[in-house]
Amino acid sequence: MLVNNFLLLGAVLFCIGVYGVIVRKNAVLVLMSIELILNSVNINLLAFDRLHGGNDGNVFALYVIAVAAAEVGVGLAMVLLIFRNRKTIALDDLSEMKG
Amino acid sequence: MVLAADVQPDIEIAQNIGFGIIAAVMVIAAVRVVTSKNVVHAALALVMVMAGAAAQYLLLAAEFVAVTQVLVYIGAVMVLFLFGVMLTRAKLGSDSDLDNAKAWAYALPIALLLLGVLVYVLVAGFEDDKIGASGSEPVAGRTSAISDLIFSAYAVPFWGLSFVLLAAAIGSIVLARKD
Amino acid sequence: MLLASETEPAATEHAAQAAGWFLEHAWLVPLIPAIAFFLIIFFGKRLPKGGSEIGLASMLAALVIAGGAGYQWIDLVGSSEHVEAVSNTTEWFSVGGFHASIGSHIDGLAVVMLFLVAFISTLVQLYSTEYVRGDRRYTHFFAALTLFSSGMLTMVLAPNMVQLILGWEIMGLCSFLLIGHWWEELPNAKAALKAFFTVRVGDMGLLVGTGALLAMFGTLEIPGINEAAAAGDFESKSLLTFTAVALFIACIGKSGQFPLHTWLPDAMAGPTPVSSLLHSSTMVVAGVFLVARLYPVFQVGLDITVLDNHFNLIAVIGGITVLIAAGLAFVQNDIKKVLAYSTVSQLGYMMMGLGVGAWVPAVFHIFTHAFFKCCLFLCAGSVAHTGSHHSFDMKKDMGGLRKKMPVTFVTWMVSTAALCGVPFFSGFFSKDEIIDSAHGNHYTTFYVIGLIGAFMTTAYMTRATYLTFFGTPRGGAAHFVGHHEDHSHEPAHDANSVDHSHAMAFEEEHHDAGATHSHGHDDHHAPLVHGRPLPFAKDDSSWQLTLPLIILGTLAILSGYLNAAPFKIHKFHDWMHSSIGVELPEAPEFEWANAAPSILLVLAGFVVSLLVSKAVFGPGPSALKGLTERNKVLGAGHRFLVNKYYLDALYENVIVRAIAYPISRAAYWTNQHVLDGIVNGVGRGGRATGELVYKYVDQALVDGVVNGSGTTATQAGGALQPVQSGKVNLYGALLFGAAAVGALVLVLVNS
Repeated sequence: MLVNNFLLLGAVLFCIGVYGVIVRKNAVLVLMSIELILNSVNINLLAFDRLHGGNDGNVFALYVIAVAAAEVGVGLAMVLLIFRNRKTIALDDLSEMKG
Repeated sequence: MVLAADVQPDIEIAQNIGFGIIAAVMVIAAVRVVTSKNVVHAALALVMVMAGAAAQYLLLAAEFVAVTQVLVYIGAVMVLFLFGVMLTRAKLGSDSDLDNAKAWAYALPIALLLLGVLVYVLVAGFEDDKIGASGSEPVAGRTSAISDLIFSAYAVPFWGLSFVLLAAAIGSIVLARKD
Repeated sequence: MLLASETEPAATEHAAQAAGWFLEHAWLVPLIPAIAFFLIIFFGKRLPKGGSEIGLASMLAALVIAGGAGYQWIDLVGSSEHVEAVSNTTEWFSVGGFHASIGSHIDGLAVVMLFLVAFISTLVQLYSTEYVRGDRRYTHFFAALTLFSSGMLTMVLAPNMVQLILGWEIMGLCSFLLIGHWWEELPNAKAALKAFFTVRVGDMGLLVGTGALLAMFGTLEIPGINEAAAAGDFESKSLLTFTAVALFIACIGKSGQFPLHTWLPDAMAGPTPVSSLLHSSTMVVAGVFLVARLYPVFQVGLDITVLDNHFNLIAVIGGITVLIAAGLAFVQNDIKKVLAYSTVSQLGYMMMGLGVGAWVPAVFHIFTHAFFKCCLFLCAGSVAHTGSHHSFDMKKDMGGLRKKMPVTFVTWMVSTAALCGVPFFSGFFSKDEIIDSAHGNHYTTFYVIGLIGAFMTTAYMTRATYLTFFGTPRGGAAHFVGHHEDHSHEPAHDANSVDHSHAMAFEEEHHDAGATHSHGHDDHHAPLVHGRPLPFAKDDSSWQLTLPLIILGTLAILSGYLNAAPFKIHKFHDWMHSSIGVELPEAPEFEWANAAPSILLVLAGFVVSLLVSKAVFGPGPSALKGLTERNKVLGAGHRFLVNKYYLDALYENVIVRAIAYPISRAAYWTNQHVLDGIVNGVGRGGRATGELVYKYVDQALVDGVVNGSGTTATQAGGALQPVQSGKVNLYGALLFGAAAVGALVLVLVNS
């Protein structure tokens, strides 16, 4: 099997995720798109792991999963907080960062 | 377990077919995640992508990561997402206000440009490299080897990671509690 | 760390054994307070004394070990010609071939600092048990104080830069916690933030400098760096200069040198024991310590030549600081701020000493300064705690306290004499030697600066002393003095009832006072019950306050005799000189004739300041009163000083603003205020100048001028403005778009 099978799948998922991050307004959906990106990275890590032998890629993939879980937890807590304060999670309404 | 271990032609064909089907499902589901007008549908499509990814991990002979993927992503993260959807009172049914107006006009070029660059680099860089060609035969049950790695060479990151998780847990509680 | 003795190879084990138990186990000194910190945090509140007993006990234990180490070091120096530093380290972590060790590296400098920090910390903790009694965060206060001591001790023992940074940052954190101890009041919280941020600016220099050290010498072990730098074993002089500048920026921030000195006076918002420990005698000397520790790097790296004049940048900064801070000390009404600027100025002396090659006198000045400055701060605290209703305002709430607070007064006078450099007090031996060395090493400018600084020091300290202890009592002090006058003739009851009535009356008065004048910021909110004073000074503060004063006051005299040049005593020099790392010119022989100018100037400063103070602040009419209001030139000078040379305004209005508001916002603003386009274009230099120009230069003319860099900035800003939309998605799009374009460019370039 070609290693490029997996790498290209990862690339496609990554770009779909990027598209989602840019296009989506609902904060929960943005977080989902970020999960897509993280998953594509994991596929790449494991593909390289198989390509080169050794088990390092597996370890990294596990760590990525753990960090992603933490990120989703904090992210959703923030979304909840925003929702509670403003009754909306549409990101375009949140422009405090406007320069 | 039949993994990509043996480089026998017939098995490789089967693997390629399996990969193709799963990959197609994943890509379609991923597109649904970013285009669906219904938040719950998007979440379910994400489940498909996650499950597909787990299957791909199996094809890559990474059974421990695959199981972890199922447990953590499909089991925990998706539940979190559904809670998030519920608690933020998303509309049931389709909701036309999920996307930024006209954002696709610049999102699509950026995504395609990125894809183009990535595909070019990957194709040029790896050409016909085959996985498992480096001679190291993966053995069924790499889990013990992985755990050895985690607790030896990668112990410090592991240790840091546990702090990250602790901080994230405390942080989420502090952020989300009502008072 | 605990494994240190077991994991060490046998050879070093043997050597360490020979050096003595205390020297080998010096790593216990920071470790004990660190453990105590956790004990206080977790169990402190349940203990009868709120955790202060753990803090005090741990500091005592640290002091005993530090004292033992000091004794053994002196022994070691006495027994052999060539002393080696005693190291005892174990591997902390290793990353990619880089190994960081942790442990202790003891030489003369480390052992002196170790003893000094442990000693002062112990006394300050004793003082604090009374001073912050009844505070709502009493336990946290002691926890932070103990952790601070641990951090400082960790730093002075550091065998390498990594451990040094560790201790350095612990101190920064504790400083923030302690300055903001009473954060409920906004100024305190602001002062804490200001101190933290200002010091952080410097800390970036420390990180950059450490990275550069690693790149240049391939090691972060301090002895190795020093040897290589002294031997000229490096590739480029300019890289060494860069490294030294980066590290020196950290020292400037930490030690409150010009131009980052502005945080130190604001840090006086913290409780007085904190000011005394952190911001006068120990933490702020961390910067000076770093320069002394890595002396070869600074000595070689910062050596610059301008117009055939050979001098060291350290001395320049130190010299500027001496004068600037001394000038500011004249216009302060807050007694602690006078002392704070005095600290800045004395730190300037230390830096100047290091810069002119007077390494031993500078370190000796750290040593003596710690005692008398700590004592001065604790005196100020004692005055405020007992005599002036927690106000630090010398003009409003002090005066005439010398008779009522004899212990405080005497120790204050002794320490002031030491600070001013009156002969035979400790400050004389250290400061005068710095000045003398500047003279002996032919740095005429710095010699003159040192003399002027001595004059100014005496003058402002005389002013502060006059305002606090002489003249007529005012405000809170008047209450205090009057109150005790009523009672002083009464026959002594048994001690308990006296104490009781004292406390009751005081509390009552405290309430009265609250209505009529505002309290100073050092006010804690619990009902006041003062402890038992020493028997021979019934009206003075309680023994927990005065005992440290007496000890420190005594040392303010005695500590100088460790290195008293006039008496040919060079003990301190003998203990320390192995830590220098480079060859320095011999210190000039002491001659009274050389010391005469500074002694005369001290005397002159005293006389002039006393006369002026009497005329301005004393009773009776005087031509000098209100002079600053009447005379325009003097008034402007006064205002200039009161506003601290407008440095704060410069930082907050120009620099911080430019960073806080994104660049496009600033540029957008220039659309309306074209003038600022110029200012922006030339690097946002002088905003004040800009406004002047805007006023007087015609708009059309300006338009013509701006076409260079100004227009570019404006256009760039205008183009970038929609980018700062505040929309997350757009930021995401830009991020990924930029990544894609960047990747594309890389691919095209490489293929």
